[in-house]
Amino acid sequence: MQDVENIVNGQKLFLKPEYQEVFKTKQQFEGHAGATNPEKVIEIAKWTTTWEYREKNLARENITINPAKACQPLGAVMAALGFENTMPYVHGSHGCVAYFRSYFTRHFKEPTPCVSDSMSESAAVFGGLSNMKEGLRNCKALYKPDMIAVSTTCMAEVIGDDLNAFVLGARADAEGELDGTPIPAAHTPSFAGSHITGYDNMMNAILQELNPVEDREIVKDEERINIIPGFEPYLGSLKEIKKMAAMFSDKIVMLGDHEEQWNTPAGEYKLYAGGTPLDVARSASSAKATISLQRYSTIATAKMIKNNWKQDYITCNPIGLGGTDAFVMKLSELTGKPVPKELTVLRGQLVDAMQDSYPYMHGKKFAIWGDPDFLLGIVSFLVEMGAVPTHILCHNAPRKNWEKEMQEILAKSQWKEECNIWMGKDLWALRSLLFTEPVDFMIGNVYGKELYRDTKIPLIRIGFPIFDRHHLHRYSISGYEGGLNLLTWITNAVLDALDEETKGIATTDFFFDCVR
Amino acid sequence: MTTQTLQSQQEAAIEEILEAYPEKAKKSRAKHLGVDAPEGVKGACDATKSNKQTVPGVMSQRGCAYAGSKGVVWGPVKDMIHISHGPIGCGQYSRAGRRNYYIGTTGIDTYVTMNFSTDYNEKDIVFGGDKKLKAALSEIDGLFPLNNGISIQSECPIGLIGDDIQAVAKAYKKDSGKPTVAVSCEGFRGVSQSLGHHIANDMIRDEVLPDNSYKKDFESTPYDVAIIGDYNIGGDAWSSRILLEEMGLRVIAQWSGDTTYKELTMAPKAKLNLLHCYRSMNYVVRHMEQEFGVPWIEYNFFGPTKTTESLRKIAACFDESVQAKTEAVIAKYTAMTDKVIAKYRPKLEGKTVMLYVGGLRPRHVIGAYEDLGMVIIGTGYEFGHGDDYKRTKDELVGTTLIYDDVNEYELEKFVQKLKPDLVASGVKEKYVFQKMGLPFRQMHSWDYSGPYHGYDAFAIFAKDMDLAMNSPVWAHTKAPWESN
Repeated sequence: MQDVENIVNGQKLFLKPEYQEVFKTKQQFEGHAGATNPEKVIEIAKWTTTWEYREKNLARENITINPAKACQPLGAVMAALGFENTMPYVHGSHGCVAYFRSYFTRHFKEPTPCVSDSMSESAAVFGGLSNMKEGLRNCKALYKPDMIAVSTTCMAEVIGDDLNAFVLGARADAEGELDGTPIPAAHTPSFAGSHITGYDNMMNAILQELNPVEDREIVKDEERINIIPGFEPYLGSLKEIKKMAAMFSDKIVMLGDHEEQWNTPAGEYKLYAGGTPLDVARSASSAKATISLQRYSTIATAKMIKNNWKQDYITCNPIGLGGTDAFVMKLSELTGKPVPKELTVLRGQLVDAMQDSYPYMHGKKFAIWGDPDFLLGIVSFLVEMGAVPTHILCHNAPRKNWEKEMQEILAKSQWKEECNIWMGKDLWALRSLLFTEPVDFMIGNVYGKELYRDTKIPLIRIGFPIFDRHHLHRYSISGYEGGLNLLTWITNAVLDALDEETKGIATTDFFFDCVR
Repeated sequence: MTTQTLQSQQEAAIEEILEAYPEKAKKSRAKHLGVDAPEGVKGACDATKSNKQTVPGVMSQRGCAYAGSKGVVWGPVKDMIHISHGPIGCGQYSRAGRRNYYIGTTGIDTYVTMNFSTDYNEKDIVFGGDKKLKAALSEIDGLFPLNNGISIQSECPIGLIGDDIQAVAKAYKKDSGKPTVAVSCEGFRGVSQSLGHHIANDMIRDEVLPDNSYKKDFESTPYDVAIIGDYNIGGDAWSSRILLEEMGLRVIAQWSGDTTYKELTMAPKAKLNLLHCYRSMNYVVRHMEQEFGVPWIEYNFFGPTKTTESLRKIAACFDESVQAKTEAVIAKYTAMTDKVIAKYRPKLEGKTVMLYVGGLRPRHVIGAYEDLGMVIIGTGYEFGHGDDYKRTKDELVGTTLIYDDVNEYELEKFVQKLKPDLVASGVKEKYVFQKMGLPFRQMHSWDYSGPYHGYDAFAIFAKDMDLAMNSPVWAHTKAPWESN
């Protein structure tokens, strides 16, 4: 029973003997092997760590277990929230939207605005036109957005709703209420690609809507440069990229800047915050160049910009030292300005820190998973530090070019022969890899938690989503300061593990050093 | 605040909020909002429309039928593998978020926090995915030999492209001899997660309850009961179970938090089914009553007043030995909860609360707040039906705003108008209200604390409410240089 002077929640309550007794009593009614045949559980658990199990596990083609990807409309919601006063609008069931909002909110610890038009059985039969007619008007009336960014779900895609015609129809029926409100619409079927594809499709639709192809020549602004961040869960990264860009020119703008939306101050709830102003997005096509920071999250967008806007399209990946250097040099080249001293100092500070800490990362083996561009960046940083990216797992790996790009990064490592790229594999496959070819550390999202429990390999939380640690998303992983964050997190995780391993009193604690 | 002014404020808030809508939506939403009080008849609890289509284009907090089946009813069955059948998203968004606690070796003999998906691609949509599903079932059995069955939880496309998952499941069950249950809980069905509960219940009825394999050797006692509709969020069913066992009852099945397939099959052997979440499992207890003659009663284990009331109600269904033990249980725990109340009530007395949750909680938790002297001034259901609202009437203490399927716009405005001291709702709403400087507790996940069911749990509930209400952090919202 609770001691009122020391009330404990479930964590400790259920350790009390009376509750342990409850668990024991319950077992006689239970049917899982843990209750009926505990030895078998040990046997099978052991089997799952073998090469035999690994082969069976990696041969899987039909069931995905513990994926490391999500579906398109999630990415569409992020793309939409990168624009000022824009409401993401999902043409489909409200169940999907409840999931997207919870998912982002659990990661950012912030509200996530997004509406749906609540399609259900009648919409499945008759199509979702009436939902959209009513939905767009209600959305406009209640939330007063300047733009409504429509994406779809698998339901709307399967029944084949004609999105563009629906938006036109809704606008025509709205008695003027939707006049002047841009309503870009993107097909984002959940059964194709992943969340980064959805980001791409929505970004593409928004930019097209705001920059319609016209007969007249686009008047170029030779100083204007656009930056598209991609599906970037690190808000600090967006901030740092903007800061770096501003050191070169005040005419470099971010298209799809969702930093403030998920980082509003206490005191007042605002539905919309920050975002690229629509006027700024409207002049995007007149820029000299657009830089995408995530090549594989902007494939369709890239095509559109190249074809319609007739401007340079460049991809950079400013994660890690080399990637940031390339980004900085690209900014210098495009603006025609020398690299500011401040950036050279920041670079020097990062390199200094890398040289301080390298012994702890050198030769350490890592398993890492995440989105394609994220992986290219983090793996390049690991290689720069002399660490070994033993298992690189990309569930949503793009078919073209990505593997080659990754190989080029790995070619710089003295351990390149030991590094494995796993495309299209999930985290249950990774579990087998970790048991059969173990590593020292994992880098990944919250879903690595169970891998940590099972394999005891420490998890360094870098990625998306992270639900069980707070505020990491506020930091940058991009640029020189982001590099310093990566270095700090990884090095200190190595040192924490070293303390864990050496804390044995009178056995291992001779190495439990106060200075490292 | 006097009752009159509170009521007029509540009514004015509704009026004002409805003004924002276009005509059609306004008409629809008006039927879902109202005010009720314990006295009088035909208040909002009788009149409120519920379980209706959500108005399109608003930020509804509702989920879908898949969420109701996979997320609520089936997902917690720990020794079965639940396939999210269709595209990748649904299984990922619903993975390990609901805190359905269980004991087991995850990935070996239990699987609740994992995500199994058939990850449909375009080819599967165009050509159908029945073959893939069949192959997926055998891959699962190859890699997880200790699973005690597989359920197939349909996502939207399945029912639209004409896949015949029932046939696949039937054939696989015949070949493998293992429970294989296809649940057609496509997200577009119905208006909320509610229909998903119903569909999930029906599949338990059709595919699980007829399985007599464990029933044969079962030795009944006169004291056998089953807990139905407790999802063991943060361990709720465990802190409930202990009380029933101390009363001299034997809990032979626990649905569906920390449950096993075997327990699902055994509930018809109970002498009495104890129903906590009426909304999500009333269907199957009604069936067990008709088919197996198992009577059922509802109970409420939130807060000592309701817990005590419920224990007596349950005990009354058994003999005097149980009743005597029940009184001893009540006496033992009440001594503790009295101290909890003495400790926390003075810090919480008179504070007002607005609730917005699902299932049973919009009415069931009122008593727990009352025990702490806190006053509910607004409540509503995400996916309730008329019978939920009727049951709510009995729980009201003062004049209360009633809102069905309230969306973010409305809830935000209601809170601004009525200025409660605490908002208790879900994660999507949490940070909206915290931004305003308002204490907030998630009442779906117990805000990563809990359990909240039973006497021991009430101590946690009280401590958590105090923590939320009396944390120093809320005082920092305004900068010292800002005027009030």
